[in-house]
Amino acid sequence: MSETSTVQPAESPAAAVPRSALGAVGAAPGWVRYALLLVGLAVALWLPNGLYPAIAVDILCWALFAVAIDLLLGFTGLMSFGHAAFWGTSAYATGLVAIHAGVPFPVAVLAGALVAAVLAVPIGYLAVKRTGIYFAMVTLAFAQMIYYIANKWGSVTGGENGLQSVPRELFGLDLSDEYYFYYAALPIVILGLAAAWRIVHSPFGRVLVGIRDNPARARALGYPVHRYKLTAFVLSAFLAGLGGGLFVMGHRFVSLDALHWTTSGKAVIVVVLGGIGTLWGGVLGAAILVRLEDWLSYSGFETIGLVTGGIFVLVVLLFRRGIWGSVAALAQRWRVRRR
Amino acid sequence: MTGQAILSARGLTRDFRGFRAVDTVDLDVAPDSVHALVGPNGAGKTTLFNLLTGFLRPTDGRIELAGRDVTGLPPEQVARLGVARSFQITSLFPQLSAREHVELALQSPSGLGWQFWRSAKLMRRYADRAAELLDMVGLAELADAPAEALAYGRKRALELAIALALDPKVLLLDEPTAGMGLEDVDRTVDLIGRIRAGRTVVMVEHNMSVVGRLADTVTVLQAGRVLVEGPYEQVRADERVITAYLGAADAAH
Repeated sequence: MSETSTVQPAESPAAAVPRSALGAVGAAPGWVRYALLLVGLAVALWLPNGLYPAIAVDILCWALFAVAIDLLLGFTGLMSFGHAAFWGTSAYATGLVAIHAGVPFPVAVLAGALVAAVLAVPIGYLAVKRTGIYFAMVTLAFAQMIYYIANKWGSVTGGENGLQSVPRELFGLDLSDEYYFYYAALPIVILGLAAAWRIVHSPFGRVLVGIRDNPARARALGYPVHRYKLTAFVLSAFLAGLGGGLFVMGHRFVSLDALHWTTSGKAVIVVVLGGIGTLWGGVLGAAILVRLEDWLSYSGFETIGLVTGGIFVLVVLLFRRGIWGSVAALAQRWRVRRR
Repeated sequence: MTGQAILSARGLTRDFRGFRAVDTVDLDVAPDSVHALVGPNGAGKTTLFNLLTGFLRPTDGRIELAGRDVTGLPPEQVARLGVARSFQITSLFPQLSAREHVELALQSPSGLGWQFWRSAKLMRRYADRAAELLDMVGLAELADAPAEALAYGRKRALELAIALALDPKVLLLDEPTAGMGLEDVDRTVDLIGRIRAGRTVVMVEHNMSVVGRLADTVTVLQAGRVLVEGPYEQVRADERVITAYLGAADAAH
């Protein structure tokens, strides 16, 4: 099974990006971290008052998706280019559970995320045996397979029409207003983000960082690298599934877009924009990109992809640490100079 | 002989696309000994190391660890069974501190590494042992420095510390003094002399004075085959060894 002859350092897409081992905030003093946490919570509570609530919900979902991607890209050194498979599969599963079982929406979302996690087991099992661009290609190939299955399996997925009028039930509460739905969804998102933070700052997360930086050395220490990567992959798929499920609940319909490869690509762009390996950079990236796309389409701009693509190129060329990573690096330099 | 050896190979062979890097090697490493593998460049020493630690699968042959067949096991399982290794080219986690390296190695057998739902602060349970090991290799002061910031000799020392943290039965050191200045070489030889107590050390080493000071048994490899094996003094005086080394030196010019 393991024909690994590599005793060289890791070949990973994230390896070229400079970053601190445990996310940029890991190096910040305690009071800074608590202050940032409070600011983040305050902004999250205020958000639907300052933006269209529907956009605010989208930001929450994409924040979860981005953090899920960063768990792999930034902390395990795996670049998945097929995470739409998990976002989208959970979206359909969540929608189907909500339509057919009539359960409270958090239960449907949780069920969707679990389906995504189960799907990640076979896909991850085959993908983690490859690294670098080959890992990305394997994940992309599986995501395309899922896309075509969903397209052909119209009796369940609705085919091109998708799933319409997904009910949004929570113990009889009236959640038809997006504003109230935002606050119903927020706790789930906070739990998801907290889970990601815990994973990164766990003994498991420490092993992942070791695997990211030098898989051969991790194996020599006795760590079964494939199984660790697979576990990270499944956890990431679960978090992406939480985001995808909430996205369906936010829009009350699922379309094939949720499984399209451009959805995988957008998630990667969000993480690169926010900062690979920073965890919270993905939240920031999601807020910026979702807001920007909404503004562009509201302004009647036709080729949104041109703008987001251009921003992606600029970030990769000029700010490889992303927004969060660059700001953290500046703050770090400022602190060092002040000493 | 296999019954006594802690690590042994029989007919070990490895081909790379028609090139036989290791050719029917028989090796018996006696428990609690220091066993040196020497030979000119390209003799197959590092390939043999990679075979013994599971990083490469043998094309043919068999490897036993304390009488148990470990042929073809993946590296992490070989490590779990008590074989730790260092790498010829320093192989660390650049962004982790020296302390984190040792903690990661100490944690490895416990299964704590799977616990993604608990705090990494639990790894502090290894702090005392980590400090001890870092002190032993002379890195106590540099425990919090990221590995990438350490000088070359210190990185080699850290390699030793994490290999030791696994508390291995057999310690495989791939050129532990390569590229070191005299002072670091002496320090490393002292260190290996201390840590060999109660364990077996197999080392690839080019520096013959290091081999002379440490090794109980020397195996000379040439072109993937065992040329001579025996105590250092005997091997050093062997005609074939002298020819092999001089021949290699001639070829290099």
